[in-house]
Amino acid sequence: MTEIVGLGEVASLRDELARRLAGGQRFAGLYGADHDGGVRLTALVAADGDVAELDADLPADAAAYPALTPSVPAAFWYEREIHDLFGVAPDGHPRLDPLVLPLLQADPVRPRPGAEKNPQRLDPDEHALPRHVMGPGVFTIPHGPVRSGVFESVEYLVETPGEDIPHLNIRVFYKHRGIEKRFEHMAPADGVLLAERVEGIASVAHALAYCHALERLAGCVPPWPAQLVRVLYAELERIANHLDAALKLADAAGLAVAVARFGWHKERVLRLVGRLAGNRFGRGVVVPGGVSRLPALGPAAALAELNGLQRNIDVDAALLMGTSSFLDRLRTTGPLPADRARAHGALGPVGKASGHACDARDDRPYDAYPTLGAAPRRRYDDGDALARLRVRWDEVRESFHLLRQVVDQLDDIHDPTVRAPVEVAGGRAVGWAEAPQGEVLYAVQVTDGRVARCKPRSASFHNLVLFHEVFVGDILTDFPFSEASFGLSIAGVAL
Amino acid sequence: MWVFRGLRNGVVTTRWPRRPDRYFTDWHGVATIRDHPSLPPGDIEGLAELCPTGAIHTAPGNGGPDDEQPGRRVGVDQGRCIGCGRCIQARPDLFAWSAGAGVAALARQALVVPAVAETDETLAELRDDLRTRVRALGRSVHVRHLDVGSDGSDEWEVLALLNPVYDVHRLGIFFTATPRHADILLVTGAGARGMAAPLRRTYQGMPDPKVVIAAGTDAVSGGLTAPSYAIAGGVGGLVPVDVWVPGSPPSPFSVLHAILLALGRLPGPPGRRRRTDKTGKTGKEPRP
Repeated sequence: MTEIVGLGEVASLRDELARRLAGGQRFAGLYGADHDGGVRLTALVAADGDVAELDADLPADAAAYPALTPSVPAAFWYEREIHDLFGVAPDGHPRLDPLVLPLLQADPVRPRPGAEKNPQRLDPDEHALPRHVMGPGVFTIPHGPVRSGVFESVEYLVETPGEDIPHLNIRVFYKHRGIEKRFEHMAPADGVLLAERVEGIASVAHALAYCHALERLAGCVPPWPAQLVRVLYAELERIANHLDAALKLADAAGLAVAVARFGWHKERVLRLVGRLAGNRFGRGVVVPGGVSRLPALGPAAALAELNGLQRNIDVDAALLMGTSSFLDRLRTTGPLPADRARAHGALGPVGKASGHACDARDDRPYDAYPTLGAAPRRRYDDGDALARLRVRWDEVRESFHLLRQVVDQLDDIHDPTVRAPVEVAGGRAVGWAEAPQGEVLYAVQVTDGRVARCKPRSASFHNLVLFHEVFVGDILTDFPFSEASFGLSIAGVAL
Repeated sequence: MWVFRGLRNGVVTTRWPRRPDRYFTDWHGVATIRDHPSLPPGDIEGLAELCPTGAIHTAPGNGGPDDEQPGRRVGVDQGRCIGCGRCIQARPDLFAWSAGAGVAALARQALVVPAVAETDETLAELRDDLRTRVRALGRSVHVRHLDVGSDGSDEWEVLALLNPVYDVHRLGIFFTATPRHADILLVTGAGARGMAAPLRRTYQGMPDPKVVIAAGTDAVSGGLTAPSYAIAGGVGGLVPVDVWVPGSPPSPFSVLHAILLALGRLPGPPGRRRRTDKTGKTGKEPRP
């Protein structure tokens, strides 16, 4: 079961957090929940083996609380999000701009996830955000929210004296969808459909993290074939995402043939997932207690397809990594120093490229991962866009390695049971999975057989704030490389 | 080196719509209702609850002699269908996957199956109106994509149209960065209120004539994210939509089908949703 520690006041939460972080644990998130009209603040702390929830309660009339960000800088965006959703202000927060909800009214409607009733319709105001910049010759270049291409909507405000990027503001609120409130009152089995749509390009990982939380609550272990099938789709999703990142990097560099090649490979991966699962994004497969069905394609056919794919991807990746005009654009671009990555707890390929290797599959293994043999990972410390791409190629290679083992083992399945019953009456638990973007956490609370509060914490949310910091020494034309090398999804940030 | 690599695997591009493509015809993304399901009254209890987005509706029939199905009627609003397949799993006698990726329609109510009788007339009017509008666009159209609250997968499927498998440039379809050059506004996402103003400005920034496509179940109705304080429940209330494409997310072929449907350039046998221009001017691609 998830360790849940009630600490009463925010000050004790801060002390306990400091003690645990000093002891080597990792700050993994902070969220609020309506609690009898007040707000319950919960910090997520990751250690080897578990993610603990540390609670502190704010009284119903509290308008402010002492901010955690000064002592835990990684809480910077989390406190802004809590301020938007609940209206309680963290005192001493360095920059309390709106993040997920821009509201200008004197007494705006706050969604208050966890509260019984649904909020009034949102009336966002684009002018709620400060846009002034100071300094001789400095001006603002808005990138977005309507981007110059097929992108998700987000606004990057680049403050620049002409070429360098001294400062960047990220506005993600444009596509806030109110996902957290939508989870509430859902039957636990329905929630997985919504989890698949929190961050659509990592549907499987989100569904897994959500289901893991429910399964921990129910004390249920999915049948072995289901555990294998889950790994199958999670790794195919990883390959598709990493190909997408490579495609966008090649596009930024104007390598038309490389874009076409990786686009073709990505399409083949999505079609393979579609043939196996009936959905190009592997949706509808992961359910609480297991999976809904075995893959529709026989092991021999799947293996042949995988081998062909890997051969093609390998040679194209090798050619890309030998194209010096391309590498020149990535080398030293978007650098994230190792100490910053560690202090923030950077996730996924972004962290791994800066020497901070945290991977939920290693740290807190789930499903069939513990029994599958993984090759030792290479270590990268450069922290630039090139290192992030190298991490992705390593992960693609590892995914194929895992996939071959999974397909082999699925060949020997005799008991076709793929689902165990999951009955959840109530309780709180945290579930996790390693998405292509990094670790995904789901903090789920079930009351009377219904979801009372569900907080998806995507790797995209945790990592995107680091985007502020990677432009040291970079110029405007480096921007698309940095963005593509992060490989994040705004849907998972704005929720 | 890249030049040779580009030639390595020959032509991988589909020939659709000139030739049929298995991936188009075998596609199933949304649920439909089987033909003439004769249901005893009372057997429809709980059918509506099968669907997590409320796409299944049950209603009393008119009881008259022209009522194909006495008793009660069951229908599916494909504009709300997220393709989870629960109804098909629970009642395979009643529900099935709709065949093929050509699921787009020219009217919101045309996504409801079985079709309501008066829909056909409305559709004919809409088609005529659209035809006069798109005539000026010729055979080269520019598409401006805009995300108004998608889950991110819709963008992948739209972007896939540019990969060598679909390669929409061969059909004279291009994506453009600016609304000023755009003929078609391709909208994905559930209609997030934060994007309402940027969407309106983008629409206004486009020159006439213009066509709006709502791509994906989210864009049509809000899908699973509706109802919510933060979204409008589809983009229909934010801009005038001409073509509605269900799918969560819609397949790249579905999006391409919708674009060609808007332009009246779909070939093939006339059907409820695929009828081509009666003048015969459209529907044939120029020979390469």
